[in-house]
Amino acid sequence: MALTRDDVAHLASLARIDLSDAEQDKMLGELGVILDSVALVQQAPTQGVEPMSHPLPLTNVTRPDVRRPSLTSAQALSGAPAQEQQRFSVPRILDED
Amino acid sequence: MTTDLTRRSAAEMASLLSTKEVSSVELTQAHLDRTDAVDGLVHSYLHVDHEGALAQARAVDERRAAGDDLHVLAGVPIAVKDILTTIGLPTTAGSRILEGWIPPYDATVVTRLREAGMPILGKTNLDEFAMGSSTEHSAYGPSRNPWDLERIPGGSGGGSSSVVASFQAPLAIGTDTGGSIRQPAALTGTVGTKPTYGGVSRYGLVALASSLDQAGPCARSVLDTALLHAVIAGHDPLDSTSIDAPVPAVVEAARRADVSGMIVGVIKQLTGEGYQAGVQTRFDEAVALLVDRGATVVEVDCPSFDYALATYYLILPSEASSNLAKFDAMRYGLRVPPAGVDAPSAEQVMAASRDAGFGDEVKRRIILGTYALSSGYYAAYYGQAQKVRRLIADDFARAFATADVLLSPTAPTTAFKLGEKLDDPMAMYRGDVATIPANLAGVPGMSLPSGLADEDGLPTGIQILAPATQDDRLYAVGAALEAALVAQWGAPLLTRAPELTEGELR
Amino acid sequence: MTTHATREPETLMGYDEVLAVFDPVMGLEVHVELGTATKMFCGCSTTFGGQPNTQTCPVCLGLPGALPVVNEIGVESAIRIGLALNCEIATWCRFARKNYFYPDMPKNFQTSQYDEPIAFEGYLDVDLDDGTTFRVLIERAHMEEDTGKSLHVGGATGRIQGADHSLVDYNRAGIPLIEIVTKPITGAGQRAPEVARAYVTALRDLLKALDVSDVKMEQGSMRADVNVSLRPLAAEGQDQDEVRLGTRTETKNVNSFRSVERAVRHEMMRHGAILSGGGSILQETRHWHEDTGLTTSGREKSDAEDYRYFPEPDLVPVAPSRELVEALRATLPEPPSDRRKRLQGDWGYSDLEMRDVQNAGVVELIEATIAAGGSPAGARKWWMAEPSRRANAQAQDVVSYAAEVGLTPARVAELEALVTGGRLNDQLARQVMDGVLDGEGSPTTVADARGLALVQDDGALEAAVDVVIAANAAVADKVREGKVAAAGALIGQVMKQMKGQADAAKAREMIMSKLGQG
Repeated sequence: MALTRDDVAHLASLARIDLSDAEQDKMLGELGVILDSVALVQQAPTQGVEPMSHPLPLTNVTRPDVRRPSLTSAQALSGAPAQEQQRFSVPRILDED
Repeated sequence: MTTDLTRRSAAEMASLLSTKEVSSVELTQAHLDRTDAVDGLVHSYLHVDHEGALAQARAVDERRAAGDDLHVLAGVPIAVKDILTTIGLPTTAGSRILEGWIPPYDATVVTRLREAGMPILGKTNLDEFAMGSSTEHSAYGPSRNPWDLERIPGGSGGGSSSVVASFQAPLAIGTDTGGSIRQPAALTGTVGTKPTYGGVSRYGLVALASSLDQAGPCARSVLDTALLHAVIAGHDPLDSTSIDAPVPAVVEAARRADVSGMIVGVIKQLTGEGYQAGVQTRFDEAVALLVDRGATVVEVDCPSFDYALATYYLILPSEASSNLAKFDAMRYGLRVPPAGVDAPSAEQVMAASRDAGFGDEVKRRIILGTYALSSGYYAAYYGQAQKVRRLIADDFARAFATADVLLSPTAPTTAFKLGEKLDDPMAMYRGDVATIPANLAGVPGMSLPSGLADEDGLPTGIQILAPATQDDRLYAVGAALEAALVAQWGAPLLTRAPELTEGELR
Repeated sequence: MTTHATREPETLMGYDEVLAVFDPVMGLEVHVELGTATKMFCGCSTTFGGQPNTQTCPVCLGLPGALPVVNEIGVESAIRIGLALNCEIATWCRFARKNYFYPDMPKNFQTSQYDEPIAFEGYLDVDLDDGTTFRVLIERAHMEEDTGKSLHVGGATGRIQGADHSLVDYNRAGIPLIEIVTKPITGAGQRAPEVARAYVTALRDLLKALDVSDVKMEQGSMRADVNVSLRPLAAEGQDQDEVRLGTRTETKNVNSFRSVERAVRHEMMRHGAILSGGGSILQETRHWHEDTGLTTSGREKSDAEDYRYFPEPDLVPVAPSRELVEALRATLPEPPSDRRKRLQGDWGYSDLEMRDVQNAGVVELIEATIAAGGSPAGARKWWMAEPSRRANAQAQDVVSYAAEVGLTPARVAELEALVTGGRLNDQLARQVMDGVLDGEGSPTTVADARGLALVQDDGALEAAVDVVIAANAAVADKVREGKVAAAGALIGQVMKQMKGQADAAKAREMIMSKLGQG
C-alpha cells in the first residue's frame, strides 16, 4: 500500500517536524523505496511466534524506594533555551491535555 | 619520541606508565600533539579537551607518585564517541539540535573511565544520533579514513575508528546499534567489540534504539580492546537492562589466545554473494588460519538472517522516533522560531526547531518509525518485525548449539568513497547486513582486521560472534587469529597505512 | 442522517426529564499519586511544594542518555491497590510508551502501561446514602508517571487561554501514578451522580486505609476524570443492556467529591438537551469549572490522536511471583466498609454518630483512645468537641492538628479518667482540654498547674449550700413545695460559690436533703 503525500504530512505532524513541501516530496519518494524493502518482514514465517521486545529475558529489575541526590535547579536549567522564576520558559501552550 | 609513543599499544603504554618510564602527561601530550598535526585531515574529533585531558593526566601522575594503587590503564588516554554524556564537555550526538549542550552528568561508561584514571582526550565524530554507516550524516562534517582520506572511515563511529587508526588515541569508546563499532573497525584496519546487550551500561548513552544500542571498546589490538572492555563492562543499577553478573574474563581470554578444540561456524547467509572478492578471500584465509590453530569449521544455516535488514530498519526507526521526541527545544538544545509566525505556540516552535535541528537521515528515520508504530500499521510493521526478531534470535540459538563462535566478514565491502552512497539510503543500509543480526539478538560481536583487499589495498574485517554473556570467546578466538595473521604479515596491519602529513588532502 | 454534533445547548434538560427518556452510563478514571519517598523511575523526592526544579535529575528531566529504573514500592503499591480492588494480578506485564508531545512531559512520551496492566478485572462495593450497596466493576489499574506543572504567564486570567508563555516546573514529573479505570457503570439510573461520588469517596477511603497515598483531591494527589453518556431507555420487553451505548464525553480533572456528583449531573442534563433536540454528542474532552458548576469544551478527540504505544525497551517486564502477591495480600487492611460496620457495632454508635466521626476523620483517634482505656462515648465526645473545632478553624484535619499540639489518644483517655475518677467534672475537664491544646502538658499536669479539681471537702460544700438556701429563700420554698426543677437555680448558685470546683451531683443531693426532698 503506497504512501501518499497526505500520509507524509500527517506523519510529520505526529512527529512534530515542520517539513517543507520540498522535503515532503523528497521524503515521499525515499520512504516509498524503504517501505517496499522493509515490507519483506511480512513474508517471514511468523505464525505462532511471540514478539520479542527485549534482547535478554530479564524481569523484575527494580530499585529500592530510597532518595538519591537531585540536580540543583541551576544544573537542571543549565541547558534551557529560556528560563524565568527558576522554571523552564516555553512558548504559549495551545491547550491543556 | 612522542610520535613513537603514540604508535605503542595501550598495553605497552600501561607498562611504560607503571614503570614510570613515561608520565601520563607526556603520553597525553604526545597524543594531543598528534591530533594537532593530523586531525585537520582526518576530522576524528568534534571536540578536543587539551586542558582537561592534561589535568587528568597530571592527577594520575600525582597519584602514582604517591604510591596509590592504580588501575592497569591509569594514565592511558582515551577518546569518547560524542554520544555519551560528559560533565563539562559538549555532547552533540553529531546533531545541530544539541549544538553546545553541556550535560550536567556523566554516562556510567565515562564515570568508569574517570575512576580508572584515563584522561579523556575529546569527543569523537559520528553520524547524527549514530544513524549512518559513514559519518557523512554528521552535522559537523564527515571523518575520513586514514588509509585513504577520500574514503569514509565507516559509521556511525567513524570518529572513534579513525582516531585510533590515525594514532590520535590508543583507545576509544564506540557505540554499536547495528554495527557502528564493528563496521568502522573493519574499514579502518582496527579492532572493535560490541559487547553482549546489557554487558555495558547504557546510562548516559544518548539513545538511538534502546533495545539495540550497546557501547563498547575500540582499539588497535585484541588485547587492548579486552583491557578497555574490562574497564567499562559490569552491572549498573542505573540501567534496568544491565546484566547483574560478573564480567566475562575477556583479558585472560585475549592473553590465552587459544582456539584449539573450538568449533567455529561460518554463517551461510553472510558469505559469498554480495561480498566483495577481496573481502571474501581474506575471510576464507582467516578461517583457514583458525583451522591451522586447531579449530574445527562447520557451516551453519541461519535462514531468518535474510530478514534481518528489514527487521532492523523497522525496529530501529520505531524506537528512535520515540527516543528522539525529547529533542523539542523546551528544556535544552536548539530553539528556532518558525519563520513568519507572530507569537508562535510551543507546538510550532517544537516543529520548527526539529525541522531545523535534525538532518535528513534523522528525519527520514523518525518519519519511518512514526509510520511503523502508528495505529493501523503497527501489526504489519513493528509487530511483525518483533516476531522476526525472535526468529533471528532462535537461529542464533540453534547455531550456537553446534558452534562455539560464528564467523562472517564484518562488512560486504571495503571503505567506499565519500558521497558515493549518500543519495541511496538502501545501498547505505545494506552495508550493515552482517553486523545487524547480533544487535537484534543481543549477542556479542567483534571485528578485527583480516588483511587488505587485493583489488583496492584497503582493510578488510572479519567478524566473530559469540553467545550472550560469552564475550570472552570473542577474545580467545580474536587474539588467536590476530597472532596468526600478524605472524604472517610480519607486523600489525596498521603499519602499512600511509603516513598522514599535512596538505595531503586532495 | 441529519443530526449534527452539538457542544453547547441553549438550555439544559431537567434532571427528571432526562431520566424519563434516557439511561445514563458512566466511566470513571481516577489517577492517584503514590506516597512513595521517590519518583516512579528515579530517586528524586516526591515531597509536595518544593522550590521549582529542585527535585529533578537527568531521568525525570528527560535529559539525553538518562534511563528509568522502576521503584520497587511503586510496583508493590500497585499490586496492593489491585488486590484491594478484588483484581487479578498479572503474572507478567510490561510498561509501554505513550507517545505525544507536550511541554510538561519531559520525554514527550509517558511511561505507562497499555494492553498489559498490572491489575485487571476487579470490583469495589460502594455504600450509598440509603444504606444499599452498589458494585462498581473495575476494568484495570495500571502504573504510570505524572507530568510537570505549568504556570501560565501573561494574559488576564493566569489560564492557559490567552497566556503568552508558560513556565514549567518538573518537580512533579515522574511521581508514581496509579490509574484506576472502571468498566462502564450501568444500572445506576437516577442515582448515577451519587454513585459516582460514592465510588470516588469509597476509593479514597480504601487508598487511605492501604496507606499508599495521601489522597488529597485539593492538592491533586487524587484526580478524577468522569465519562458520561446517555442511551435511550429500553423499549418494553427489551433488556436495557442490549441498548447500544451513546457517545461519551470525558470531563477532566474534577477535584472534589461533590464536584464529581455535580459534573455527572450537569453532563447528563447537557447531553439530554442536545439529544432530545435532535443533535448528537461530540466525543471530546471537557473542562470542569468549580465556580459555575459547568463544563466547557476542551480538545476534540480526533484521529490525529495516535499515541503509537509500544513496549518500553528501557524497562524489563514485571513478573510478580505468586509468593509476593500472597505476601502483599496478607498486608491488606480490613475493607473500610466492613471495618466501619464492625466499629459501629463494637462502639454502639448510631448511624448518625458513626457518619459524624467518619466525616470528622477521627475514627482512628477514637480507636486509639479506646485502646488507651477510654470509653467509646467519652472518646467520641472529647474528640468531636474542642479539638475538632480548633482543627476546623485552622483548616486542618484533626489528626495532623492533634499531632501538632501534642494531643494524643492516651491524653484524651487520661482526661476521661480524671472525670470518671471524680477529680474533674465536664466543665473543669473542658478547661483542662484547653490547657492541653495550648501546649501546657498532659491533662494531669494541666489540672495540677491550674489548680483544677473538684472540692472533696463536704464541709465547704455544705457551708456554701447553707449560704445559698439562706440567700434564696423564695426559691428554696418552691423546692420544699415539690417544684424540684427549681433546684437547678440553687445548684448553679452553689457551683458559682465553689468556683466550679464542686461535684454538681453532690451539691444537688445536699440541697434536696436539706429541703426535705432527699
